[in-house]
Amino acid sequence: MTETRIDRRFASLKSEGRPALVTFMTAGDPDPDTTLALLKALPGAGADVIELGMPFSDPMADGPAIQAAGLRALKGGQTLQKTLDLVRTFRQSDDATPIVLMGYYNPIYSFGSEAFVAAAKAAGVDGLIIVDLPPEADDELCLPALEAGLNFIRLATPTTDDKRLPAVLANTSGFVYYVSINGITGSAAPDASRVAESVARIKRHTHLPVSVGFGVRTAEQAAAIGANADGVVVGSAIVSAVAASLDSEGRATPATVPAVLALVSDLAGGVRAARKSVAA
Amino acid sequence: MTAPVQPNSFKTGPDERGYFGIYGGRFVAETLMPLILELQQAYEDAKADPAFKAELQALSTHYAGRPSKLYFAEGLTKHLGGARIFFKREDLNHTGSHKINNCLGQILLAKRMGKTRIIAETGAGQHGVASATVAARFGLPCFVYMGATDVERQAPNVFRMKLLGATVNPVTAGNGTLKDAMNEALRDWVSNVEDTYYLIGTAAGPHPYPELVRDFQSVIGTEARAQMLEQEGRLPDMIIAAVGGGSNAIGLFHPFLDDRDVEIVGVEAGGHGVDIENGHAASMTGGRPGVLHGNRTYLLQDADGQILEGHSVSAGLDYPGVGPEHSWLRDTGRVQYVPIVDQEALDAFQVCTRVEGIIPALESAHAIAQAIKVAPTMAKDKTIIVNLSGRGDKDVHTVGKLLGMDI
Repeated sequence: MTETRIDRRFASLKSEGRPALVTFMTAGDPDPDTTLALLKALPGAGADVIELGMPFSDPMADGPAIQAAGLRALKGGQTLQKTLDLVRTFRQSDDATPIVLMGYYNPIYSFGSEAFVAAAKAAGVDGLIIVDLPPEADDELCLPALEAGLNFIRLATPTTDDKRLPAVLANTSGFVYYVSINGITGSAAPDASRVAESVARIKRHTHLPVSVGFGVRTAEQAAAIGANADGVVVGSAIVSAVAASLDSEGRATPATVPAVLALVSDLAGGVRAARKSVAA
Repeated sequence: MTAPVQPNSFKTGPDERGYFGIYGGRFVAETLMPLILELQQAYEDAKADPAFKAELQALSTHYAGRPSKLYFAEGLTKHLGGARIFFKREDLNHTGSHKINNCLGQILLAKRMGKTRIIAETGAGQHGVASATVAARFGLPCFVYMGATDVERQAPNVFRMKLLGATVNPVTAGNGTLKDAMNEALRDWVSNVEDTYYLIGTAAGPHPYPELVRDFQSVIGTEARAQMLEQEGRLPDMIIAAVGGGSNAIGLFHPFLDDRDVEIVGVEAGGHGVDIENGHAASMTGGRPGVLHGNRTYLLQDADGQILEGHSVSAGLDYPGVGPEHSWLRDTGRVQYVPIVDQEALDAFQVCTRVEGIIPALESAHAIAQAIKVAPTMAKDKTIIVNLSGRGDKDVHTVGKLLGMDI
């Protein structure tokens, strides 16, 4: 497989000696213009990899914050095609920041897996995270995606034992997303020392970077988790910042973009302090 | 969609990956994958264990009241003046519906697996009541997820669950109906993987649920087939059952699948009419294949693949998907699936009550409505089995409201 923007980004951060800040937001929350404005500003605020959620009516693995973000986006008329259009527009001004689309399989199945893979590649998408496609279903989308040069990023969880890990990692590329807790997005914060052990366990099975998410909300947590991981994923905290900035009708306000960027800058400070705090 | 190849037997599925043709499978988050593999192993072991079978048999007989009767519905037959109609009386089971068959099987599995906490989703509340019942019987805490809309329209069942010691968690996400309850149950399971057993109530979800729920419900069809042979000396000409998720239907149908002379009809909830988008819950008549709740199956969805809520007067049929084996049986043509609209079901509810002295569940009333449609067109020596999947006491408030009565 050829090198992707994700591969290049993690390689360059490795030489910088710090973990990546991976930010998540839902495409079209609360409207496509806000998402586009955020996409354009996030790299400057310190996001190294951007995960863009493809909203789905039935997000079984998500907690209340991301569920609500998805509903806001769907209410605003967001579709899979519109999400791809956002990425295409973003790519006109940024050819370096990796974009990972994250979501559930049905909208893609409805679009057609082959057609989706081609459209995503053409739009400038770099990787996919599809929550409800385990390795047992690799023929559905993972293999066509790899074939087209997209990374397929798999979730590994505390229930993924050493016996199962090789199967989970087999067709994974770009990075491994370690889900730090058994639970849904936005749950309680993970214990940093246990996460460090788990990351070490995964690294015994793969050379891929390992990013950690679910439950990371603050710069301090990002620094603690990032001390032993190649990336830290923050999602619910960011979509909660979006939610808190909306007006009573659920529309974006002048405060929306600055609120998210302030949080991301703060988190970026956290990942930049991650290895220093260990050294100190 | 091209029809799949006709198999030599319709009873061999699913394959080892959990597929019936293209339907079924295991579309779940990684956290749950090891759990459903563990469940699959536990179920294989239990199936091979005579002690498991014996315990289930004893509970079915003495606790649930099996076998349920196959009753000649003389009043309805005379009223319609055509084929002779028989009711498979699942309404007479303990807890008042077929749901207990599956719950007894699964609670024994949970016990074997050493699980100490039961979660379940419910629509009409029948499965919630059956789950709460077996949890009480085996002394396990039970948490039932139920859409807030359903909590309101099925108040008597909510109270029964609470009496049985279960915690009922109303779900306000989405439209607050069965699919939302199932999402929330899955979220609970992901968050409590060590001690929790998810007792799914219908023949859907990730493999092995569609298979094991079907197996536990097949007692309906196995009994009905033997009873018909005993009482009438021959197999029925037609069997009819209502299909929401499809557990009572697959339970009746499965033992008859290779009896090619038996016509099999599944009745979907036509709601306000199948031409009205989001106005019905007939996923096989008005939907298309997709992936939800761990399996590929026919789903009600919009052009973008977002799942629609669906509508039915019957809370138990108000689900935008259907068990994957039904989707396969539909495509192969072995089973014919037809819609019955709300009004037809309400009419059948009243007719059955008046001429047979049996108040059927609104779910079962859909199957009766289909019999009312076709029986008069059939010769008097023909026979039909209708699965009377549950009793209608829980629905009297809903029906009363629709008939303009204040109960």
